[in-house]
Amino acid sequence: MCLAIPMEIISIEDNVARVEVGGVKNQVRLDIIDEQAAVGDFVIVHAGFALRKIDREEGLETLRLFQEGLGLELIK
Amino acid sequence: MNLLNKFRDPKLCQNLLSQIKEELEDEFRFMEVCGTHTVAIFQSGIRSLLPQGMVHLSGPGCPVCVTHDREIAAYLALCEKDLLVATFGDLIKVPGPGGRSLKTAQAEGARIKVVYSALDALNIALENPGQRVVFLGVGFETTAPTVAAVIKMAGKQGIKNFSVLSFHKLVPPALAALAADRQISVDGLLLPGHVSAIIGIKPYLFLAEEYGLPAVIAGFEPLDILQAILVMIRQKHESRARVENNYRRVVADQGNLRAMEVMDDVFERCDALWRGLGTIPGSGLAISSKYEEFDASKVYGQELPLVEEIPGCKCGDVLKGLIQPDKCPLFDTRCTPARPVGPCMVSTEGSCAAYHRYVL
Ligand code: SF4
Repeated sequence: MCLAIPMEIISIEDNVARVEVGGVKNQVRLDIIDEQAAVGDFVIVHAGFALRKIDREEGLETLRLFQEGLGLELIK
Repeated sequence: MNLLNKFRDPKLCQNLLSQIKEELEDEFRFMEVCGTHTVAIFQSGIRSLLPQGMVHLSGPGCPVCVTHDREIAAYLALCEKDLLVATFGDLIKVPGPGGRSLKTAQAEGARIKVVYSALDALNIALENPGQRVVFLGVGFETTAPTVAAVIKMAGKQGIKNFSVLSFHKLVPPALAALAADRQISVDGLLLPGHVSAIIGIKPYLFLAEEYGLPAVIAGFEPLDILQAILVMIRQKHESRARVENNYRRVVADQGNLRAMEVMDDVFERCDALWRGLGTIPGSGLAISSKYEEFDASKVYGQELPLVEEIPGCKCGDVLKGLIQPDKCPLFDTRCTPARPVGPCMVSTEGSCAAYHRYVL
């Protein structure tokens, strides 16, 4: 029930963002997100609201840590 | 580069799995407390790939599954009043006393509308000023701030025909109840990613400090889950327990302060009833007096009726991880996804439903 999906912000007007993922479009409210969201950002969406922005740098950092721990070269 | 695909990379996953195998000594029991984790673990095949000795338990992590009979009875009582009831779809098949559900009530003529968000319910109220609309508020910290934001909107717009029956529940107090229960033996907890996106890491610290339980906030991709499992096993190995945030791309350690502020403005903590776990102090959210005109329990005087529990349903033992779903005598006999007896069989995220779908 708490399923929350990452969607990309296409446009923002007032407190409402148009978002899209895989061709599915939707509208979400920005009332409870705590960061400045901009067009092109990915946000975690749940029950009509954006909850958090996905931090791409942190994501890459996590992957880098995996990679180091495993001695693999997946991210160049 | 697509970030998400990387978190599903088969090579990385295999690598993590072999590390888990290497580091596992005899048995490790981990519990997840998030329906989305339940589904992800089954669906990705992780469950079937885990080495022998790794025991996966699904705890009380699906808001629908922990809905109490008495709460369902309150919904049904509300349906008898001249109202339009708006609810998330997951709730309408949940059987309550006598096997009756919102679906039964709907078939008998109650006006029940399935909505995707509390906002939809508010819009129905706006479009139908002659109708009184009640939204059934369920869910954990992920959902509660969205409902709180909608109540605030209703307040600002001075809407008079909208209210919420709030049975929202909080995850950390339930984890505290589980951790304190000596019957339960769990070696580590996988903490819910999106609940944590709201509340951050602090509310979980007691798990390690007071109970010596390793606990890891994890995302929902195979890599997230496998890595979290490895982290927990390592902690056990090293005989230390810590709470770690392994989902940093979404969860900030301090959580989402704005969402918490909205939630704290509209709700206050109350004791709540959990199916199978009973009353857990401070584990629920009631609408605060500041917003009482939107509190359906006050507006319609709707209390929790006393009811007889569903005979035979072992949801409580399943949610505590004491038994696997197939050990319930009703599993796949009287209780199936098509005809559920208990709530764990209703929602696709319920332990019994997931087990039914993926293990049988
Ligand atoms: S199989 Fe059905 S009756 Fe048994 S515990 Fe699960 S939901 Fe309850």
